[in-house]
Amino acid sequence: MNRRQKTLITTVCAALLLIGVIASALLIGDEWIATNFEIKNEPPSLAHPFGTDWLGRDMLARTVKGLSVSIGVGVIAATASAVIALILGMLAATMGKAVDNAISWLIDLLLGVPHLVALILISFTLGGGLKGVVVGIALTHWPSLARVIRAEVMQLRSAEYVLISRKLGKSRWWIASRHILPHMIPQLLVGFVLLFPHAILHEASISFLGLGLSPHQPAIGIILSESMRYLTSGMWWLAFFPGISLLMIVRAFDILGENLRKLTDPHSAHQ
Amino acid sequence: MIAFLCKKLLRFATLLIALCVLSFWLVSYSPLDPIQAYVGADMTRVSLEQREAIAEYWGLNKPPVERFLHWGSALVQGDMGTSMIFRRPVADVIGERFMASLALMSMAWLFSGILGFVLGAIAGMKQDTWVDRLMKWYCFTLASTPTFWLGMLMVIVFAVWLGWFPVGLGVPAGVLAEQVTLADRLYHLILPALTLSILGVANVALHTRQKLVDILASDYVLFARARGEKGFLLFWRHGLRNVAIPAITIQFASFSELIGGTVLAEQVFSYPGLGQATVQAGLRSDLPLLLGIVICSALFVFIGNLVADIIYRLVDPRIRKGESA
Repeated sequence: MNRRQKTLITTVCAALLLIGVIASALLIGDEWIATNFEIKNEPPSLAHPFGTDWLGRDMLARTVKGLSVSIGVGVIAATASAVIALILGMLAATMGKAVDNAISWLIDLLLGVPHLVALILISFTLGGGLKGVVVGIALTHWPSLARVIRAEVMQLRSAEYVLISRKLGKSRWWIASRHILPHMIPQLLVGFVLLFPHAILHEASISFLGLGLSPHQPAIGIILSESMRYLTSGMWWLAFFPGISLLMIVRAFDILGENLRKLTDPHSAHQ
Repeated sequence: MIAFLCKKLLRFATLLIALCVLSFWLVSYSPLDPIQAYVGADMTRVSLEQREAIAEYWGLNKPPVERFLHWGSALVQGDMGTSMIFRRPVADVIGERFMASLALMSMAWLFSGILGFVLGAIAGMKQDTWVDRLMKWYCFTLASTPTFWLGMLMVIVFAVWLGWFPVGLGVPAGVLAEQVTLADRLYHLILPALTLSILGVANVALHTRQKLVDILASDYVLFARARGEKGFLLFWRHGLRNVAIPAITIQFASFSELIGGTVLAEQVFSYPGLGQATVQAGLRSDLPLLLGIVICSALFVFIGNLVADIIYRLVDPRIRKGESA
């Protein structure tokens, strides 16, 4: 088995894990997380692999639901961020030096404030909740991808077929949509998947701090921050399982992104 | 060098001004009412006149532009206003909280830097062996680990199960402030600092490893190998100096993530530092404190980046030569 086949198999496994979590979250109804005081505070067992919480709710069902909320927020935020990155990256590379300088100044401005502090500020401005988290993540996560796109477009602009196209009198728009954009799609896709882990982790962090999603949307950050109160009473399963599931999801996205990059990169195509 | 510094400072000045305007504009559009946050649960018992009196006391009844000019001119003179939740000048609150956070951050920073460098160097020297693979796996997993969750695990294992360390806070509970010793403070610092160090290792280690792998593939290392150098001697003579500069630089440039991690760790361990103050300011709508923290953290990150740039130029002779040529 060569390296490419191995990469493909891990990619498929990671994708299956993510699809599995989303699908099972859709299948789990509200009756699964109904409160049941007869079985509250139970450690993990066969019936409840992740244990139950202080209201007798099954932690496995809560975790899966929470993960799907987190993945949903991550998808929206990472998509918005990738779109901003694409637009600003292409503008920086094509619209001349002044625009390029302005955008690099903007990137410096964003990177100058720690991500988490910027997120707190933005989510405070929007009054917290889902909107605050999504806008905050979308506005703070684009710089790295925008830089990649800018560099790529810069390189493409001096490619021979683009130069020939220009000499043949094709318009800027024609070149951008026929030559440059198709080239950017794999980059964008990979960048989008790699934005994901950061988006989910930051969403969980900001919700954990109490500035993100409201307690009515039981995202992983909320579940973990609620379990903080029960740590000292030795109920370790409340924190351990949701956290490790989050870790696995983030890692799966990371692997997915890295592998997609390897697969789309012609330099490693023959390995 | 001087020209470079001036350019950096000038750019930072424009960024800082923009940041002040932007963040002030952002918080002034927040739907969260600072007066309501200030009064809290007694809101129903506060009459309209009292509301207006509070608004006037904090200057909240004026239009945003006027408030900004007032705040901005005070800021230039070093006055960041009065914190609404601590009822003390923002500069004092930030100064005090920052010192507590600085102890935590510097401990985590030093420890993660040294450990990360050593791990990265070992992995780079043993490239493609199981040591290397284990290190890479460890670093990639850490990069996906939520800081606050690791902190919670630390609490569960070391504070609840083993009982070696306190569950939280910066000083022992129920002890007078004068009787708190340095040892007490250090004792409370270990667990949060350890959490941050474990996570901070990943970045430096992976970077160091990659640099070392690149260097080991160079011609002069091939020649050194041909002369019979190997193992630690090879690393000492050809690797160390080439790898140390990027490692130090990346560690200084990581202040931004360090602050982010500190905010989360302080929240988990109830450690009374700047991060906890940030969260409090956000949750309880303390505008002056929030703005002050945003600006101070930007300053902190800028200093880190500047030091990284300066070290890069001062220590690496190649870049200096390139500049004069």
